[in-house]
Amino acid sequence: MREPEVTVGLAGEHGLSTEEYEKILAILGRTPTYTELGIFSVMWSEHCSYKNSLKMLRTLPREGEMLLVKPGEENAGLIDIGGGLAVAFKIESHNHPSAVEPYQGAATGVGGIMRDIFAMGARPIAALDSLRFGDLSDDRVKYLFDGIVRGIGDYGNCLGVPTVAGEVYFDNAYKGNPLVNAMTVGIVRHDRVAHAVAKSPGASVFIIGSSTGRDGIHGATFASEEIGEKSEAKRPHVQVGDPFTEKLIMEATLEIIQSGCAEGVQDMGAAGITSSASEVAAKSNLGIELDLDKAPLREEGMIPYEIMLSESQERMLIIAKSGREDKIKEICDKWEVNRSIFGTITEDGNLRVRWKGNVVADIPAGSLNAGQGAPVYEREAAEPAYLKKVRNDDLSVLPAPENLTGVLERLLTSPNIAKKSWIYEQYDTMVQTNTLQLPGGDAAVIRIEGTSKALAMKTDGNGRFVYLNPRRGAGIAVAESARNVACTGAKPVAITNCLNFGNPYKPDAYWQFKEAVLGIGDACRALATPVTGGNVSFYNENPDGAIYPTPVIGMLGILDDVKKMVTAHFKNPGDIIFLAGENKGEIGGSEYLQIVHHKVSGDCPSLGLPEEKNLQEFLVEAAELGLLQSAHDISEGGLAVALAESCILNSENRPGAITEFSSPIRPDFLIFGEDQSRAILSVKPEKADEIRRLAEKYTVPTAAIGIVTKQPFQIYLNERLILEADINELSKLYESAIEEEMIL
Amino acid sequence: MANRRKMRFGIVVFPGSNCDRDVYNSVTRILNQEAVYLWHKDHDLNHCDAVVLPGGFSYGDYLRTGAIARFSPIVQEIIDYAEKGGRVLGICNGFQVLLEIGLLPGAMLRNKSLHFICKFVHVRVENSDTLFTSACRKKEVLKIPIAHNEGNYYIDSEGLKALEGNNQVVFRYASPEGQITEAHNPNGSLNHIAGIVNRRGNVLGLMPHPERASEALLGSEDGKKIFRSMVQAFLD
Repeated sequence: MREPEVTVGLAGEHGLSTEEYEKILAILGRTPTYTELGIFSVMWSEHCSYKNSLKMLRTLPREGEMLLVKPGEENAGLIDIGGGLAVAFKIESHNHPSAVEPYQGAATGVGGIMRDIFAMGARPIAALDSLRFGDLSDDRVKYLFDGIVRGIGDYGNCLGVPTVAGEVYFDNAYKGNPLVNAMTVGIVRHDRVAHAVAKSPGASVFIIGSSTGRDGIHGATFASEEIGEKSEAKRPHVQVGDPFTEKLIMEATLEIIQSGCAEGVQDMGAAGITSSASEVAAKSNLGIELDLDKAPLREEGMIPYEIMLSESQERMLIIAKSGREDKIKEICDKWEVNRSIFGTITEDGNLRVRWKGNVVADIPAGSLNAGQGAPVYEREAAEPAYLKKVRNDDLSVLPAPENLTGVLERLLTSPNIAKKSWIYEQYDTMVQTNTLQLPGGDAAVIRIEGTSKALAMKTDGNGRFVYLNPRRGAGIAVAESARNVACTGAKPVAITNCLNFGNPYKPDAYWQFKEAVLGIGDACRALATPVTGGNVSFYNENPDGAIYPTPVIGMLGILDDVKKMVTAHFKNPGDIIFLAGENKGEIGGSEYLQIVHHKVSGDCPSLGLPEEKNLQEFLVEAAELGLLQSAHDISEGGLAVALAESCILNSENRPGAITEFSSPIRPDFLIFGEDQSRAILSVKPEKADEIRRLAEKYTVPTAAIGIVTKQPFQIYLNERLILEADINELSKLYESAIEEEMIL
Repeated sequence: MANRRKMRFGIVVFPGSNCDRDVYNSVTRILNQEAVYLWHKDHDLNHCDAVVLPGGFSYGDYLRTGAIARFSPIVQEIIDYAEKGGRVLGICNGFQVLLEIGLLPGAMLRNKSLHFICKFVHVRVENSDTLFTSACRKKEVLKIPIAHNEGNYYIDSEGLKALEGNNQVVFRYASPEGQITEAHNPNGSLNHIAGIVNRRGNVLGLMPHPERASEALLGSEDGKKIFRSMVQAFLD
């Protein structure tokens, strides 16, 4: 390939504005080389620079006693869990690649986030995946769904990391633009944490892992534009995953770190060699000089531009401790991992690239880096016009269905509520033998080897709520993920977040983004769960319009004693069922409204953050005191679905439940409304008084609403039977809905 | 005087093994025995009393599960060891390797659903007179998870006749009550076969993961019975 002449026009083709190009000229004091133009274009792309989000992200609460590193400083967030152990965790999107090449797009998304975790010296102990698709009855959606789930499964399964939780929603809003957000949680001893830094000028820089090919060039730029008719042609931008090589790199990297050979470690993710090298140098106020002739290449005739921009997967940058270079080589050879010293840390602060004896790029590293020299913008924001319309929709005039049992059956077969075993049985959920709560309940619980502790984890993000009310909807995503974690008995401690939005240059999309970030901040401050890091994905649009604004929250909680863990399902007939929290009958944005009335309308449910905090503290203490037989969050489908699930999830006994309510709220809104800050609990009769007293202490309105039975499943309202079903029939519907849809 | 020495398990580590640590933890922490890792490039079995080939993806398994593993140095040692009567247990990918190297007959096809499947299943003990199942009752039903892409066991009709005739089928997929039905066969395996032993009785391969069912906290302790049987055989 011959290098074209660099002009403002060529810069434009690289996604750089005229203003940005002029800034580059000023930084360099000359016209950039073709390689330099490529480097600037990827580093200043939305994906790498966070140029349109950084200002807002800085408003998030990022402080906390347990936080060991500042967000954005390292490959992932790191929190202290006591006993000399720390947890590294992060969530990241791979939406655009997955939209055009579902299997590889999703697989490499998993691979990327795994590397972020083990680059810190942490062994990955769990993976989670938050997915969004169009309507599942659509054939293209089925194809994407099948490919993405297989891609996630095949990669994580081969790596030997259990994929244990997540969530999925199906809604037409995501039709051409599915969301794939992958999260990894890892564990590391404090004294073995590796940092993404260089310390000593003269240190050798290794590239280890796969050799570099032409795959994924401009992947970061691709992720920074809307998906359109031309996106299909970008399929070659999508990288190809090799989980076996990833497994070898993981073992080699962890061994290099544990044997004290590395001064710094940085994953090669988006923008490959370019971003890993320049970020390490910029963060350390040092320079780095690379000799591309020493980089192992997969293809003949690659030019520096291609080598620097390649996003070939399964590569890692390691800065050696002086004198430990041979040991690094030995470890790599043991694991049969390619390794080459291809650079040196320098003092001058530049990213300098040599090729065939010539300097082909020489750029102040700090000028490339997000939050340093890379541009930072605040975009125009305007409240979208649709909001008035949906908010003014009078839902009280909707006809009330007569057959509420029929409605419950329809809700249980909605793919948004139905059992997700078609997905998670394709994932190895049990490898590492620490999974104490498998998928299907409120949150996954993973034991920490060698301790009595466990981690609870969950992702959440109801896009419909955020669409109706970005600020409060985003707060609900935080609250619900924390509530899920608290239902297992674990104390929610910190979040990571993945912000999936539309084109930031469109004022209404940017307004949604701003509001949502504010909402996350509100909730995280109130619940004392700081933000440890995350990822922003803009340009999630397709020819039909933007997706629902979808902030996905990855919540982490700590359970001090695994024996105190609580599960979501009812245990024994005779146990008393309690409702913690208050019924309000808020139906806006509910699954019921969508399934029965075909509407996404109204306002999202209200959220009282102090009440939410009280409820969660109550749940955690109730678990600690051993008062709970079960605890289950009330979310999609409301009370009725939560009660049914607590029966169905006990697959061995399949108990029923008889509950009764006295309320002026209309029946369908009462039992299907998705009012926040509520949970269904069951307790042994002899513990009933104690749970009441504890609820009083936390001022959580808590009432006995019924009893666990052998059969039947009944709901009474104002002394009238309004819903009756056979739990075995409900189970069949709930368990087979997605599987039946996927039989081609 | 009975042998009071702890049993020493040798756990083979291919670069893509990922259940090696799980087996190690099960036999050391739960069974209270000794274990050592056997690296795939090693040439000796380090005086172990049994060899376990754990689950995982040995060499990535891009060609065919277990197909490359047969060329590794340690596998040659294992073949010699088995031929001399040494105890060999292959779990999941380890079972696939045992088929590839000919220590057990038959082959694995992809699961009938063409999907990877990970879930708890039930298997019925068809032969409790082996050194791997002596702690089980005959027809006992064990709850143990599976996690594989290729567990659809296949063998030609003559081979199948021999397996069944010699009582070499040790585990069959079953309902929790022990019924053998199509609905409880997770992968389409011939005659619902989940695990088989060689003629001599010293080499067992099974698809379910006993190491994942060795603690009540993980949902089942039934898998422990397989390791316990092996320890018993060693002590005897």
